Amino acid sequence: MLDIPANKPLRELPEITAASDTRDYLAQAARQAVAYDDYELIVDVDAHLQEGGFWGEIIELLDNDVLRQTAMGMMRPGAMPLINMQAGMNFQSMSGRIPHQSGPLEKTEDPAKAGHRFVQIVRRTVESMGLDYQVIFPTSMLHLGMNPVEEIESGLARAYCRWLTEKILPEDDRIVGLIYLPFNSPLECEKLVQEFGMKKGVIGFTICAVRHKPVHHRQYARLYSMIQETGKPLVFHAGPHWDDPSFSQLNRFISMHALSFVHYNLIHMTNWIINAMPERYPRLKIAWVESGLAWVPYLMQRLDHEVMMRQSEAPGLKRLPSEYMREMYYSSQPLERNDLELLEMTMKKINAETQLMFSSDWPHWDFDPPSAITSLPFLSDKAKRNILGLNAARAFGLPVKRLRPRAAEVLARQRQAAS
Amino acid sequence: MPDVRVSELAAFENPGRKVVEVAGIEVGIFRLGDEFFAYENKCPHLEGPVCQGKILPLATEDIQRDGTSNGRVFSKTQMNVVCPWHGFEFDIRTGMHPMDSRVRLRRIPVKVLDGAVYVSVTPKA
Repeated sequence: MLDIPANKPLRELPEITAASDTRDYLAQAARQAVAYDDYELIVDVDAHLQEGGFWGEIIELLDNDVLRQTAMGMMRPGAMPLINMQAGMNFQSMSGRIPHQSGPLEKTEDPAKAGHRFVQIVRRTVESMGLDYQVIFPTSMLHLGMNPVEEIESGLARAYCRWLTEKILPEDDRIVGLIYLPFNSPLECEKLVQEFGMKKGVIGFTICAVRHKPVHHRQYARLYSMIQETGKPLVFHAGPHWDDPSFSQLNRFISMHALSFVHYNLIHMTNWIINAMPERYPRLKIAWVESGLAWVPYLMQRLDHEVMMRQSEAPGLKRLPSEYMREMYYSSQPLERNDLELLEMTMKKINAETQLMFSSDWPHWDFDPPSAITSLPFLSDKAKRNILGLNAARAFGLPVKRLRPRAAEVLARQRQAAS
Repeated sequence: MPDVRVSELAAFENPGRKVVEVAGIEVGIFRLGDEFFAYENKCPHLEGPVCQGKILPLATEDIQRDGTSNGRVFSKTQMNVVCPWHGFEFDIRTGMHPMDSRVRLRRIPVKVLDGAVYVSVTPKA
């Protein structure tokens, strides 16, 4: 029987709360990182800014003085003026059961010495998860496509792009981002591609998919051509939306969340394929982010089946829809892992070894650490290396160069901090 | 498998929880009345720090004989610990997930002896 030595009590671990340090929250992820420490490159293609803590900085950058005055006049602690976030989104943290969804409330160092508060938090994340690069997306802004005021989306898109490229990306090479395209304003999208597309750390362009806009419409032809010429990918980032008439029938957040992310991707992918966009923009790289993977083989089967009977309605296609779809890129999170047999077949159907990219979605409630990939029993070592980093390097043009410290160094720092 | 004293009994809150590191293993010890339960601080889902999460009663659906649902109500008897990584919940008394009893926490032996609480852990190799 061992008693606690009087001078050496056991190390006690506190409850995890929204104010917990990211490194404490992800301490186990840091231990898991030892398993992939020798991998060439680890890229997280989808993580999130929780804009709420930085909204004052973003709205200050609104070009339009009326919008800026309107937003600043409405600014209160915890408020996000001009954002059309639905009240139902507050269910995301499951009443505080998953605290990181409600942050960031953790303490950070003096920005004058340690960098922007958000950069400090991202550094804690990338070191804990053992990442070389993390791609940052917004959170609340994912719903701006449903905002009835067109200039709010385009104004905030520009302000966000400025905030990202002027204040965040220059501070750390490991943090990279995408230009938010205010898709309700095609001309504004083109301007943002031209102004921000080649800035440091900008590796692509994103359409937040929660919107009712047909992606094949002729008004976007010039935009797609411009993006194709940059060589950088166009990324559809899905999202939830409880106010959509179909989803307003669903009485629980889980129901709406399970369906709505996939719903928007299903619509945009179907328009993209049936209107032969892959034939019209053959060099434009397309990626689909944050809907898991189960929807992809479903749509492949469905579209292949119908297009064989109704070819006259999709005459631009030269191959089956599934053949185009398996040449696109997909992000992994939230990886549906309950039935590994189904997941293995899904990965086979989408050519996961070359087309799947790891994403964490951190700090959202259904995030995946890299171990969600490394622990899959049916993937080869080569497939894991590709999915965890090398596929993203190819898609986004990132150099295959290790930026992360050794996992052992990170663990040693953690142990020192804990003692 | 040595016994390690983690706390004086009187110093352990009731209901209460302590998560400690013992011989390289993180262990969550829970007290409900006079009963103690201990589990490894590793969620069977993706190894999140499950014992450091919120402690809440099990949520249940109040369904009447005719099938009418009166909505959700908290259990008066079952307390769960919720993994802060993804929300997986486990019955503190059994360590089992409410939806699938095959998904369960790894139990660590715990006992009260001479006014103190002890756990038995096998040190990591």
